Amino acid sequence: MNINATLLGQAISFAIFVWFCMKYVWPPLTAAMEERQKQMSDGLENAEKAQAELDLAKAEVEKQLKEAKQQSAVLIDQANKRANQIVDEAKVIAVKEGDRLKQAAQADIEQEVNSAKEVLRKQVSVLAVAGAEKILESSVDQNAHSEMLNNLAAEL
Amino acid sequence: MSAESTGSASSAYIKHHLTNLTYGQHPNGTWGFAHSTAEAGDMGFWALNVDSLGWSIALGILFCWVFRSVAVKATTGVPTGMQNFVEMIVDFIDVTVKDSFHKVNPLIAPLAMTIFVWVFLMNTMDLIPVDLIPQLFQLVGVDNMKVVPSTDPNITMGMSLSIFVLILFYSIKEKGAGGFFNELSRNPFSHPAFIPFNLFLEILNLVTKPISLGLRLFGNMYAGEMIFILIALLPAYIQWTLSVPWAIFHILVITLQAFIFMVLTIVYLSMAHESH
Repeated sequence: MNINATLLGQAISFAIFVWFCMKYVWPPLTAAMEERQKQMSDGLENAEKAQAELDLAKAEVEKQLKEAKQQSAVLIDQANKRANQIVDEAKVIAVKEGDRLKQAAQADIEQEVNSAKEVLRKQVSVLAVAGAEKILESSVDQNAHSEMLNNLAAEL
Repeated sequence: MSAESTGSASSAYIKHHLTNLTYGQHPNGTWGFAHSTAEAGDMGFWALNVDSLGWSIALGILFCWVFRSVAVKATTGVPTGMQNFVEMIVDFIDVTVKDSFHKVNPLIAPLAMTIFVWVFLMNTMDLIPVDLIPQLFQLVGVDNMKVVPSTDPNITMGMSLSIFVLILFYSIKEKGAGGFFNELSRNPFSHPAFIPFNLFLEILNLVTKPISLGLRLFGNMYAGEMIFILIALLPAYIQWTLSVPWAIFHILVITLQAFIFMVLTIVYLSMAHESH
């Protein structure tokens, strides 16, 4: 345990190591750490910004969805109305068509009836003549009585 | 074996462990290694404790190499492994320096880190079993080998005196020679008649700083080393009951002493920068 030149040797190596640390070790390490810290704070800031943007976008989406819903409700309403209208119109047309068909049928029927009546009249006149012949048991001049028979037939 | 011969063997063992490997000029004019503390003392000032200085420089180079290799590869991305560890130390030093040093000086933080890590590494040599490395060196014919540099006052005083030089340099640089002299002569009694007395007190105060700084580290480590050596004198089968607890406790001591050395350096240099 003697004090000797080791003291100077240690002082010199101390100076060299401190110089080395100051020049080549400390600056790059602290620079890297500061850079990382900056990146981290930037990242946090960005995340915050993104969050705000997301919130905004969410609100926008909600708004648009609401509008779309309203629009679709209006459209459905309109469609319903239109459908009802179409059904009503169809009903009216159908009723008209039915009436028309009924009238046509009625006309047909009347016509048939009239023609049947005509035929019947004719046959009745023939029958009447035959009957009268039988009753009179004499021949009746067809020509002489035809006018009277025709009148009879027309009265039937 | 008689009690007396056991005692002398023990004291020889202790002495042997406390002897540095000193290279210097023998009184008879030849250069070579000293074989005892007395012989080393005869060599005067111009001798080197090859073991202390060698281990100290080797550990300093280890520190520079490890930290430099991390610094070169330092990424700003997610740090892993060694970079994490080194950044933890850098951060710790940075916080400690910023706590007690309020001026701007790019030297202080690297200086503090060098001191902390280097002194810590030198102290850690204490945890290696006391006989391991000396025995290995004995195999290759080196007789004395003290592996813990901080148990050599030359090493601790070499550092504390370097810091003393820095204290003087920054005191004069920051306050000017006149300001520095003023500070030394006006405290604690601000009266012209008290100037010599003040100077005496303040210079004593100033000189005590490096001496206490160096001797504190030396004393703590020397005492710790001594206890390891004493434990090593016990029978081999029982040594662990004492050496393990002491080693675990010593982990605290070596870290604490490195930390104290660093903090006091920062505080002294901070005082050198600020006038009060």
